[in-house]
Amino acid sequence: MGEHHSTYVPKTGIERWVDARLPIVRLMHDSAVSYPVPRNLNYFWTFGGILMMMLVSQIITGIVLVMHYTPHVDYAFQSVEHIMRDVNYGWLMRYAHANGASMFFVAVYIHIFRGMYYGSYKAPRELLWILGVVIFLLMMATAFMGYVLPWGQMSFWGATVITNLFSAIPVVGESIVTWLWGGYSVDNPTLNRFFSLHYLLPFMIFGVVVLHVWALHHVGQNNPSGVEVKNYAKDTVPFTPFATVKDLFAMVCFLMVFAWFVFFHPNFLGHADNYIPADPLKTPAHIVPEWYFLPFYGILRAVPDKLGGVLAMFASIALLAFLPWLDTSKVKSGAYRPAFKIFFWVFVVVCLFLGYAGSQPTDKAVLTLGGRVVLDMVGFGQILTVYYFAHFLVILPLLGLFEKPLALPASIADSVLASTGHGHPVGAHASPEK
Amino acid sequence: MKDVADNTMKAPGASDPNRRDFLLLATGAAGAVAVGGIAWPLISQMNPDASTVAAGAPVEVDLAPIGEGKAITLKWRGKPIFVRHRTAQEIADAKKDDTAALPDRQADAARVRAFDGKAQEQWIVVYGNCTHLGCVPIGFSGEYNGWYCPCHGSHYDNSGRIRKGPAPRNLDIPEFAFLSASKIRIG
Repeated sequence: MGEHHSTYVPKTGIERWVDARLPIVRLMHDSAVSYPVPRNLNYFWTFGGILMMMLVSQIITGIVLVMHYTPHVDYAFQSVEHIMRDVNYGWLMRYAHANGASMFFVAVYIHIFRGMYYGSYKAPRELLWILGVVIFLLMMATAFMGYVLPWGQMSFWGATVITNLFSAIPVVGESIVTWLWGGYSVDNPTLNRFFSLHYLLPFMIFGVVVLHVWALHHVGQNNPSGVEVKNYAKDTVPFTPFATVKDLFAMVCFLMVFAWFVFFHPNFLGHADNYIPADPLKTPAHIVPEWYFLPFYGILRAVPDKLGGVLAMFASIALLAFLPWLDTSKVKSGAYRPAFKIFFWVFVVVCLFLGYAGSQPTDKAVLTLGGRVVLDMVGFGQILTVYYFAHFLVILPLLGLFEKPLALPASIADSVLASTGHGHPVGAHASPEK
Repeated sequence: MKDVADNTMKAPGASDPNRRDFLLLATGAAGAVAVGGIAWPLISQMNPDASTVAAGAPVEVDLAPIGEGKAITLKWRGKPIFVRHRTAQEIADAKKDDTAALPDRQADAARVRAFDGKAQEQWIVVYGNCTHLGCVPIGFSGEYNGWYCPCHGSHYDNSGRIRKGPAPRNLDIPEFAFLSASKIRIG
């Protein structure tokens, strides 16, 4: 573990000259060519690269869209339609950008749940994990502001509902909301500043991604066994060609799904009401955020008190940053934690159901007995919300104390060789990690 | 000159405040003021600008075309405002509920304005934004025949008082006054 020695050897005189003044080629060689990668990584480890690809894709399509978009309440909606109908390949740029946001979240949720299952947040990767939470928060802010720009009905009312969350803050809440709006309501000044910030935030994300990758390369990657690298020669392979080719293959598979949405179902993940121009006098009958916000929206709606709901929603995200200390188990990988494994999948299902609860009308019945509504969507959301918090605050801390983990493999190499039947059986020389 | 002499006499590392400490603190304080002075315009520029404030000037509304039992929605400062002409039955219902369990207790009489010393209790004027998260409630609906907010299920009565749901307050009442029995000025 830790930084490996540089194996870069400048071959030509020019390379030696540059290397002595700015070792940038050395940096790239050490981080993307010779960097040692645990040999047992599975395909869940390709999502970091996929996310990098999506960030670049969003920035490129975004910069192109800005060349044709007009950030003004009177023209925004029409300029988006202009992009769709008049601009050469404008439809492709916009659909790639809108669906790209969804794909970005698909990848980030898989990436986060992979980290949760394999304990990638545990020492020495706490800061790496926290930087990831920061990126996730920036992504949510960026996506929210981007959704406002087409100035459709969902744009306007999404902006109204989300900015009004801040009015729940005692005493200064209303002043903060006026300050955010730059007026008495969501209006042209709001659209302009959201546009400005929507352009800025991706570059801030890029900056934090650099820190995230730096931290990753400093501590080394986690792996499915959760056992740290002990012998570089036996436990790791060089990044290029092994990880490079595997990442590229995964990217192509991911792009196929992305392309399927862009070319065949470009509006499947959006909401039809956003093709109606914003009307400050009429709220759509059923407003919902984009799908990737639904679980958090489900938590917001589950709490019957305004300030309480807002606090619960923000706490549900902030809690992630404390995960390295809430999970008390010394064993990283869920593969060696029989009880954790069950609770992990229950948690995944709870998150999916929270998303479902957030997408449904509040008064919809979930369970009826003899014609009587026993459980409506609010009650269902409340049960799920309690479980969500219990997972972090009760289950994970206690599980580490009472669970009996399986024997760990002695090394990464052992875990691989054992599973292919060419080495020692799993756990033959296992000792729990210190 | 005497001070300088005193200073140079001090042993190195002496903890007494000396001229160097003073300069350091003074520079730091001046720097903090300067940073605050630069930060303030950057923060303040996001508050409503002069044209937005000017566009939010008071407006007059003619009530004559609004028949009994009807309501209109008008836009002021970018927000909807409901003006509702209540029937005698609706007024009676609202007054009867003054003693009901109200989350944000307020008598119906406190939500109407007077003209010529006489309460114009047939007229209810409220901001059309739910006090929960700002959606526009639907008129003449909900369990109390006032307004119902479809976003998160808040029910208001015909006086605009919150009766059920997550909204914390009654619908806000804009500043308004009667100019005549059939004309109001909002703002």
